[in-house]
Amino acid sequence: MTEATVARFEHRRTTAESIQHFLHRFPTMVPVIVLIVSVAGFALAAPNFMSAFNLSLILQQVAVVGTLAAAQSLVILTAGIDLSVSAVMVLCSVIMGKLAVEMGVPVPIAIAAGIAAGLGTGWVNGTLVTRLRLPPFITTLGTLNIFIALVYYLSGRNTIRSQDIDASAPLLKLFGQNFRLGGFVITYGVLLMLAVFAVLYVALNMTAWGKRVYAIGDDAEAAALAGIRVNRVLLSVYVTAGLICGLAAWSSIGRVGSVSPTSFVEANLESITAVVIGGISLFGGRGSIAAPLIGAIIVGVFNSGLRLMGVDVLWQLFATGWLIIIAVAVDQWIRKIAS
Amino acid sequence: MNTLKTTACAAAALFAATLGANAQEPTRACIITKTDINPFFVKMKEGAEEKGRELGVEIMAYAGKIDGDHETQQQAMESCIAAGVKGILLVASDPKAIVAQVEQAQAQGILVIALDTPLEPADAADATFATDNYEAGRLIGAWARGTLGDAAQDAKVAMLNINASQPSVDVLRNQGFTEGFGIDPKDNTRIGDEDDPRIVGQDYTDGNEEGGRRAMEALFQRDPSINVVYTINEPAAAGAAEALRAFGRQEGVTIVSVDGGCPGVQNVADGVIGATSQQYPRKMAEMGIEAIAAFAKDGTRPQNTEGLSFTDTGVQLVTDKPVEGVPSITSAEGLKLCWG
Amino acid sequence: MTQNVLEARGLTKRYGRVTALDGCDFDLRPGEILAVIGDNGAGKSTLIKALSGAIQPDEGEIRLDGRPAHFASPLAARQSGIETVYQTLALSPALSISDNMFMGREIRREDLLGRWFGILDRARMDRIAREKLSELGLLTIQNIGQRVETLSGGQRQGVAVARAAAFGSKVVILDEPTAALGVKESRKVLDLILDVRARGLPIVLISHNMPHVFEIADRIHVHRLGRRLCLIDPKQHSMSDAVAYMTGAKVPEEVLAA
Repeated sequence: MTEATVARFEHRRTTAESIQHFLHRFPTMVPVIVLIVSVAGFALAAPNFMSAFNLSLILQQVAVVGTLAAAQSLVILTAGIDLSVSAVMVLCSVIMGKLAVEMGVPVPIAIAAGIAAGLGTGWVNGTLVTRLRLPPFITTLGTLNIFIALVYYLSGRNTIRSQDIDASAPLLKLFGQNFRLGGFVITYGVLLMLAVFAVLYVALNMTAWGKRVYAIGDDAEAAALAGIRVNRVLLSVYVTAGLICGLAAWSSIGRVGSVSPTSFVEANLESITAVVIGGISLFGGRGSIAAPLIGAIIVGVFNSGLRLMGVDVLWQLFATGWLIIIAVAVDQWIRKIAS
Repeated sequence: MNTLKTTACAAAALFAATLGANAQEPTRACIITKTDINPFFVKMKEGAEEKGRELGVEIMAYAGKIDGDHETQQQAMESCIAAGVKGILLVASDPKAIVAQVEQAQAQGILVIALDTPLEPADAADATFATDNYEAGRLIGAWARGTLGDAAQDAKVAMLNINASQPSVDVLRNQGFTEGFGIDPKDNTRIGDEDDPRIVGQDYTDGNEEGGRRAMEALFQRDPSINVVYTINEPAAAGAAEALRAFGRQEGVTIVSVDGGCPGVQNVADGVIGATSQQYPRKMAEMGIEAIAAFAKDGTRPQNTEGLSFTDTGVQLVTDKPVEGVPSITSAEGLKLCWG
Repeated sequence: MTQNVLEARGLTKRYGRVTALDGCDFDLRPGEILAVIGDNGAGKSTLIKALSGAIQPDEGEIRLDGRPAHFASPLAARQSGIETVYQTLALSPALSISDNMFMGREIRREDLLGRWFGILDRARMDRIAREKLSELGLLTIQNIGQRVETLSGGQRQGVAVARAAAFGSKVVILDEPTAALGVKESRKVLDLILDVRARGLPIVLISHNMPHVFEIADRIHVHRLGRRLCLIDPKQHSMSDAVAYMTGAKVPEEVLAA
């Protein structure tokens, strides 16, 4: 204790160090600040940006990727990564559409089957990671390809049209429906995303399961020695991620209107981008589940703002790229305290 | 003694027969497409395989993993050269970069025909069998102008393209539409240099529904009075239609597109898309295999369509609301010809 | 004579052609601090792993309170009341002190939220954690919600020992608890170990640090070549004797006699 006191006395914190300590204690403040600054910036620079209509549109646009980012962040919290989330989502939506529209299965059963498929893919990923002890990156890179192949096989590479869904299975588009709240137009897909994050927030912060997920991500070996059944928890994480992908699939049909095997090809990387920009550490065990939600919204805000300014799409990529690099750099800088 | 002679004769005959078989080894050809995902290329492959069976040409088919996957195509080219094929049908993902492999193939006496997408430079291929994408765009542009009538003078047009890299198909359709609609396309090798106020903006869709919706939402925000939407393909058109529906603007906006896939033509029948220019991938591949068979037989090389730098495989406007002066077929006829 | 809390007879563990444990015996009496010393490679960590369930011996028997015990995993040993503080501490730096103390045995709320949704009783866990830490005189640190990574090495060791003491109902095993610490922090940890003994828990202390061992151990188990060479009383043997036994430079009298 005395050593520490002496050291502290001699070394007064600079402003930068104070900020560093503040952010270390409240890491979620980083994306929150970025979000506030970027919204303020675009409010000045982009016409119509601050309209209720546009702000609610941004939420609609990020709903699907945001939901996927929730699944992704669960896996990333365990120091893994799930490259198959977008493929799982498209696979589930194809199963829902195929059963409901093409095969005439009752729509609720078709939806349940699609979500069950999500659970199944999560079980496959989780089993490969825990039983065969394959690195998550490799496992999900493999299953990514497998699930895409299944998508093409099941869909016959064909889109199921919006009009056909309206005619025979409108429930598939539930999450595309909206209601008005003042000037805001909120889709049920947005509510689903918020609900998924709310449930995960409770599960991660207020249940034993959540504590174990963080502990495994932080140091799996220590967690095992402390008596956590690591494999069981990991498996549950992948299965939960699969479930969320299944829900995202349902949501995506509402968003896109049709069941399209080619949509959301970039959703994988977009989900990882949201997680990283939100400030969840790719090394696991650190970061709030609120982070990817904020991260997804930041990306949505940049895309919307730049588009409204009439800026070429290449600058959106440019901005997203810098956001990722800055987010990771800030994460590293904050973590320096820990060591 | 006799027995021995007979045996020797039989052996010699067998040997000769083997040689003969070698000499008549079936002609082999490759078809390399961008992906195996898009029904457009799937139909193309099927067309090639069927025509191959008919003409006795053995077909080897390759495809990139995703659109833009140059590396896999490069490997496929090398495999085809190594296999000693007579001809290669190529839908290039990167029409500039693949030219190196195309030249290698030609050096081995292989006929290389570009399908759908011209190489850069176009004459790097021995021939190009493609849709006239400029014409495809011009047709829907002219149709949209005819449909709007006088209102075309102060229309508000949204342009939904593929992506920021502006591949040639993107440019040709976009500029063709622009010209057909009666807007000065300025430099018709560039998207977005027009200064006509009728164009609200250009945006990108990645050629799928999700991107179509996002792009439509963005442009709609810039100007909610948009009443004409040009789309690069029918999935993007479906996404745009979905966005308009969410805005309560499904009426009073005319969407035009290019491709002629079955869901797209069905959307024309349902009134979601006003008109689409239908192209014929199967025909491209069939003509390609015919050309390779002819080349294998007597060295005949394919000729360009008159007045064009490539062989036009045809394009037809599909709409149920024909406009005078713009030739078209109905959606019912289009559905018979659609590809996927 | 009182019954041993934990004892082992003839433990043998082979890895291929290497015999890590070779008919090893082990005895731990109630309320004592038993130090286990031995040269590197003598097999003490294999012995500890066998006692804490991390490995399963090929032969031999382990008895806990006189009853045969088979520990299929560290979890099974823990459930039987044997807590181990590993050299790596097995703490999660990013989690709070309280979370770490209850890792793997969190307390749920007793109402419906807890029973149906597994919601944790944070207030109760914090209270118990604070109690346990103050019992061991560790509450100088101690904002119970503080992350473990903000603690010093000695404080972390304290949390790990407190966790073991709080939940170990029979035995606490400490693997090199002072190896990574400075003089002052080592002092605190040794005091802490004595506190734990004062509460009646027997302790197995694995250590290379002879002054520490001789200061607090009641008996010393000298491990050599995969088995127990001898049990010595630190009051009757010197440190140099112990080191000599460990390295084989000298043979203890008991063995000579036998």
